[in-house]
Parts: sequence; C-alpha cells; structure tokens
Amino acid sequence: MGTILKERKQQVFRKGEDAFAMACERNSAAGSISQRACVFCGSRVVLYPIADALHVVHGPIGCAAYTWDIRGALSSGPELHRMSFSTDLQERDVIYGGEKKLYHALCELIDMHSPKAAFAYATCITGIIGDDIDAVCRQVEAVKNIPVLAVHSEGFNGTKRDGYRAACEAIFKIVGTKTPPEVNKYSINILGDFNIAGETWIIRDYYKKMGVKVVATITGDGRIADIQQAHTASLNVVQCSGSMLHLAKLMEAKYNIPFIRVSYIGIEDTSEALLEVARFFKDEAMIQRTLCLAAEATHKTMSLVKKYRPGLAGKRAAVYVGGAFKAFSLIKALRMLGMEVVVVGSQTGQADDYKRLRSMCDEGTVILDDSNPVELAAFSLEKKVDIFIGGVKERPLAYKLGIAFCDHNHERKNALAGYEGMENFIKEVYASIMSPVWKLFR
Amino acid sequence: MLLRHTPKEITPRAALTINPAKTCQPIGAIYASLGIHKCLPHSHGAQGCCAYHRSALTRHYKEPIMASTSSFTEGSSVFGGQANLLQALNNIFTIYNPDIVAIHTTCLSETIGDDVPQIISKAYEEGKIPKDKVVISTSTPSYVGSHITGFSNMVKSMAMQLGGGSSCKKDQINIIPGWVEPADMREIKRLCREMGLNTIMFPDTSGVVDSPQTGKFNMYPQGGVRLDEMQRIGDSEATIALGKFTSQAAAEALDAKYKVPCEILDLPIGLRATDRFINTLRPHSRLKVPESINYERGRLVDMITDMQQYLAGKRVALFGDPDQLISLSEFLVDLDMRPVYVITGTRGKKFLRHMQEILGEAVPEAKVQHAKDAFLLHQWIKNEPVDLLIGNSYGKYIARDEDIPFVRYGFPITDRVGHTYFPSVGYQGGSQLLERILGVLLDRQDRDAPEEGFELVM
Repeated sequence: MGTILKERKQQVFRKGEDAFAMACERNSAAGSISQRACVFCGSRVVLYPIADALHVVHGPIGCAAYTWDIRGALSSGPELHRMSFSTDLQERDVIYGGEKKLYHALCELIDMHSPKAAFAYATCITGIIGDDIDAVCRQVEAVKNIPVLAVHSEGFNGTKRDGYRAACEAIFKIVGTKTPPEVNKYSINILGDFNIAGETWIIRDYYKKMGVKVVATITGDGRIADIQQAHTASLNVVQCSGSMLHLAKLMEAKYNIPFIRVSYIGIEDTSEALLEVARFFKDEAMIQRTLCLAAEATHKTMSLVKKYRPGLAGKRAAVYVGGAFKAFSLIKALRMLGMEVVVVGSQTGQADDYKRLRSMCDEGTVILDDSNPVELAAFSLEKKVDIFIGGVKERPLAYKLGIAFCDHNHERKNALAGYEGMENFIKEVYASIMSPVWKLFR
Repeated sequence: MLLRHTPKEITPRAALTINPAKTCQPIGAIYASLGIHKCLPHSHGAQGCCAYHRSALTRHYKEPIMASTSSFTEGSSVFGGQANLLQALNNIFTIYNPDIVAIHTTCLSETIGDDVPQIISKAYEEGKIPKDKVVISTSTPSYVGSHITGFSNMVKSMAMQLGGGSSCKKDQINIIPGWVEPADMREIKRLCREMGLNTIMFPDTSGVVDSPQTGKFNMYPQGGVRLDEMQRIGDSEATIALGKFTSQAAAEALDAKYKVPCEILDLPIGLRATDRFINTLRPHSRLKVPESINYERGRLVDMITDMQQYLAGKRVALFGDPDQLISLSEFLVDLDMRPVYVITGTRGKKFLRHMQEILGEAVPEAKVQHAKDAFLLHQWIKNEPVDLLIGNSYGKYIARDEDIPFVRYGFPITDRVGHTYFPSVGYQGGSQLLERILGVLLDRQDRDAPEEGFELVM
C-alpha cells in the first residue's frame, strides 16, 4: 500500500529534493479522503458571523444541520446566527421546485425575527433543480423592505474558495447602501477575521488605542448597518486573504478604497500589521502611538516566549490549514519559539502561496496541497512531528499517532490572534506537547 | 442566549425547519458502514457532504473518521458521476486498500440520476475492483427521510449485498443493533454471550469508533462485522432486530431472502424493553437466564426503589431519534416520571402510534410530534416548563435559556464524553442512565436549596 495517489504526485513536495511546481488549485482526485469542504461551506463560514442577519439554507436538512453553530464566532449583541434555518427540501420540492418554499420561509422568518438583512444560501440540489433564488430574494426584498441576498454557494461548483467569492459578492451588494452622518479620515474596515474566541475584539482594541476608527468588521461580530457603511472607510485591512481578498478588490474598484494584506498571528506579524496601518495614514503621532503599543505588548509577550522557549526549542511541528496565508504566520510564530515546521500544507492554497511557503521553509520540509489523513499520518511519523496544528478532522488523527495538537481552525477555544493570542498559543502548544498522557502508552 | 430569538407564541410554519432534530441520510449510511470490518465508506457526490459527515462524526466520537468522496465538479453534475466513481474505486483500492467499499449516494448524484449499481458492475468488468474485494451501495437521497433512514438503508444493503447462506441452519442468531453507540453494541454482545448464544451482529461499530489509544493510527481498526460472518447470516436460526426505524428493513429482507425468521423489538433501553430483549433471546439459548443477568436487573430495580421519591411526577421533555425516544419514554414511565413533550425530526406515523401506546394512559397530557424541530420543543417548554430535558448536545441552548437540568442523549454529542464508552442499553445501561438522570436532578435540588434546606442525605 503506497501513500500518495498517482494523481497527487505533483501536490506533494520536499524542499530541496524536487523540482518545485505545486499543482494546486485543482479538483481533488476522486476517491481521495480529502480534508476539503465545498462551495457552500466557504460561503457559510464567511457570512455566518454576521449576527443580526438571517441565514437561511435552501436545501435538504443536512446542509443546515452540519453548519449549525459549529464555528465559535462570537457576537457582542444579537445571536440570530447561532440558530439553524432550513427550507428542509423534500422529494416533492425537488420535483416541483423549491422557490415557493424559500419565499415563504424567508417571509415567515423575517416576520418572526425582524433581522437587518437575510442571506439565502443555494446548495447542490437547488443548483441542479434550477431554483431562481435571485428572483425569490428580489420578491421578498420588495415585500419586506430589508436587503435579501442570494448566495450562490452551490456545493459542487468549485472549492471552498469559490464559496468565499460568492459570499464576498453577496456582501458587496449591500456595501454603500447607507452613509453615516460623519466620515472619519482615520478609518478602516477589518476584513477576514471572524471573531473566533473573540479575536476581532482583540484586534479592534489595538486600532482603538492607535486612534483608528473601525467602520465595519467583516464579518467577525458583524452587523449589517456597519457593512452598509463600509465604503466610507479609508482602508481595507485584509486578513485570511483567501476569504476576503475578493471583497477588498471589489471595493477598491468601485469605491477606490486601497487594501493591505496582513496577519494577526504571532508577534512579528501583528506588529507589522498595526504599523502598516499607522504608516498608511501618514500621521506621525499615530505611528508613535503604534510603535509604543507594539513595543509594550511585544515586551510582555516576549517574557512569556523566553519562559517557554527552553522547553519547546527543537520541537517539530506539522501545520495543515485551510488557506496558506495562515501557514506563513505560523511558521514565523513557531520559529520564535525555537520550533521547526517539518510538514506544512493547506486545503486550498494558490501557486504563489506555495512558492512563498517553500522560500520560508527549511530544507527537507514536506509541502502539501489538498492532503488526506493517510499522507498526513505518514509524513507526521516520518518527520517525527511533536505537535500538529490543524482543524477538527486532524485532531483525533494526531492524537491517535501520539502527537500533540493545537486547533487553529473553527474549534479553537482560546483567541490566537494578536499578542494575547500568541500568549494563548504558546501555552496551548506547550501544554499539549508536555502532557503526561504521551508517556502513558509508549 | 437563544431565548430572545425563540418567541413563546407558536405560529404555524409552513415552509421551514428551525433548529432541526434530524440530519440527512448519508451520515447514517456512513455510521452503518463503519460497523463493517475494513470497510471504507464512500460518498458519491460533491466533496462538502463527506467533509461535513466526517467532521460531525469526529466531533461525536473523537476518533479519526475515514470516508472517501467522488469529488463531483460542475462537469460531473452535468454529465453524470460515472467517470468520478470509476476513478474513485481505482484510487481507493490502490491507496487505501479496504476489503469493502460501501457507497452511498447524495442528493446531487440521486437527482442527476446516476445508476450506482450499474457503475459498480462496470467497475467489476473493467477490473477496477481487485479480486476478493467487495463494493456495495445504497441509495440515500438527502431530501427523503433523515439520518435514520440512511442508516436503515445501508444496514439493509449490507444484509442483502454482503449476506450469504448455505441453506444449512447453524446454531447462531443475527443481531441488528440499530443506531446505538459502540458501548451499547458491546453490551448487547455481552448479554448474548452470558445467555450462551452465538451471535453475528451487524453493523458493529465497537472497536471501530472507540478504538484504544496505542500511539498507532489504524485506518481500519480491529472492530466491525467481518465479511465471513456476513456470509453466514443466511444460516442463522433467527434475526433479532432492535429498533423498528433502523433495523426492521434489513431483518425483513433477510427473512424474505434466506428464510431467517425475524423478531423486531424496541431498543433494549430501560427495564421493560430489556426484559423483552432477554425474553426473546431465551428460546434460542439452551441456558436459563443466568443469575448474573437477574442480578443486574435486580440492582436496577433496587436503584429505582431507593430513589423513587426524587423521580415521581417529574416532567420531562425529550428530542432525538424515534427508536431511542420510544424506549426512553417507556423507561421514564417506569420511573414514575412524565415524558410530557417528545419530538423527533424523523417522519413516521408508526412512531406516533407506538408513543400513544406507551403514553396514552400513563401520561395523557403528553404532546408527541414527528417531523418537527427543537425550536417547537423550546416553544412548548416556554409555555409550560419541564423538570428535565433529554436530548443531543443542541439541547444545551434550551437547557441554559430555561434553566432546566439536562441529560445528553442521542446524536450528536459534541461537548461531553462518556456516550461512546458507557452503554445505556441493558440493565446495566439502565442503571447508568438512571444515575445520570438522578445526578442532574439532585444537583439542581442542591443548587436551589436554601441553606437550611441543603441536605447531606438524599
């Protein structure tokens, strides 16, 4: 039994040993136990944190059931996003069409919950039977006087990235539909943070201290009214480039708002992100404030790094994430702890991402696109990995291999962004690697 | 939390489900397939379904859950998924090397009309399936029935497509355990062993989704019914099928095909359902019911006797799957508790009839619904509260909002452990369940007691 499917030979590389040409951005090999999800999943995770909107899944029950409050995206106010709404399509709907059902579902729910907007998600089945969800959304919008947005997230129609794109397009329709009484020159939108474990709040707080007004957080702790005014911000600060870059580009084209790509994972990247924003505004006082903030926070976090580094130095990590951008930051953050990343990969990275990953990695590091449990297990063992950093499906795999684990996906329970996040990350990584459980069965 | 989003007033809803008490067919098919030794479940559809099912099962079992997918693209959705499935089978046997692949469909492949059995025949003809390897399939359109239907369909396909017989009866019985936890399957096997019976249980997820920590990752853990066992199920004296909704279809099909008479019982959860199970085993055994089992029963009855005052008249709301709800409700009645609200998301008139038999006289005020959701249950509770809620982890929202003691039971349980390790079937399982019910009720009494009424002895 081999480990790598023939079709996947060009999606697995070792730095230094192969001619590197990652064949990414392609469909998964049929039969593979891919860790990837679908278009619908991409749209759902991106839009879900908008807490005062209605999210109606137009499809059979599963699509709604499996996405019911599984992502710890926190809200400081309404929590409508934590409910599960589905048209629960039945056989007769598949035969006769589900448009009427969607219309009534939207109307009934809008009457019941008075949301600020509604999103209607297409699924595989509504795509196949050809329901015109755009038309239904227009009809409901005309009657109910709130934005009703069709999300073209037919599951089979690409990968999760295409779902991000569909979500961005839905959001973009409401950007610019409201203008605030006053517009602040020193203002930004935070794009691509989803407030998992309260991370948006941490980042927002940094900007507040810097003197930057945050117009909209898209979509962590998101609100419809803020998104409607997002066009008044001076800058879009985009994290998790895979999910929100498209929206930033749309807003740049239509509203002339420039964007920068940042990451809030790790000390270096967080400082760099904040400083880049401060420099954008060319305000010397703000730059000074930011330098102070970064220096103070770095100093505090570094004392923790120094405390834990002796224990962690030399430990080997595997990193497998959704989009590749996060992997860059994780490599830097782990290096700061004296750790080495020996396996790294993503579900939906792009060619440029992999080139950059390669340039950051040490010789011999295994680099993977759209991997699967058999490969992940084999490389983790071969590379003698001490900790795996990944998501829900990787956790029990790592544990079964006797490898420590840190969730850097939806199921993280501690904020991992910003300086505080780095502190949590260090403690979590340390606790898992040092757990006495690993000695109980060897 | 969700409180403010659930209005007390119940308005008719024609077109939607809120906070479902069910999910879709394929995940049931995957869970059933995992109960076959060295079997890789395969999802014939787009990638997301399989990712969601694996994630959901992983959250519940905290185990690596393996399943492959045909990875439909837009092209396959237009031209059909035959090419994907043929390639998938080739890849699966090349790399993952299972003995058996159990294919289930999705709403996508069903709607575009893929003929999976025909594609499998083609794969055999083209030599894409190695000798000694087996591929079975079942149809699980997500827009029909629920996860329970998908489980039942796969169990039936398993019996029909893996099953075999020699027309020579053997001293053995088949047990179809229904959708229960691995610990329950292990407990049912233990009870059968104590009764001196040879059994073939299918599916059997014990030892698959509760495998021990060894520091080694086995893609195919030790558990699961084996192919050679399945090939003997037609020779069994009888089939005992537990749970009408999950096991009846397979049992009746076996009866029709191999003339193996079947008895359909409720899941052996609680006292009387376990009594019926043991009584059904008895004629197949040459032994008397061993004292050990009588003692287990006696201890459960003793526990009920000792604690009756804390149970009497307590109002209980339950939601979950029909087979479980039927037996649980009967058990609660035996405990002198009142299951006043019972909701399943799965459709089935026979569920209502069966519940009427259990609750009609004992709890005439009970409201029982099928094909409904947890949102309605929450509204009922808001209108007239209960003392205890029993349901899967999604019940925690209602329990918190309404401040109700809560026992987690069903699928999925995503926020506690124990459900996979400790059985709830049999007399011992009944004792465990009762201990949990009493635990939350007495904890609540302690929490709410004024200082002078805070009792050491309860």
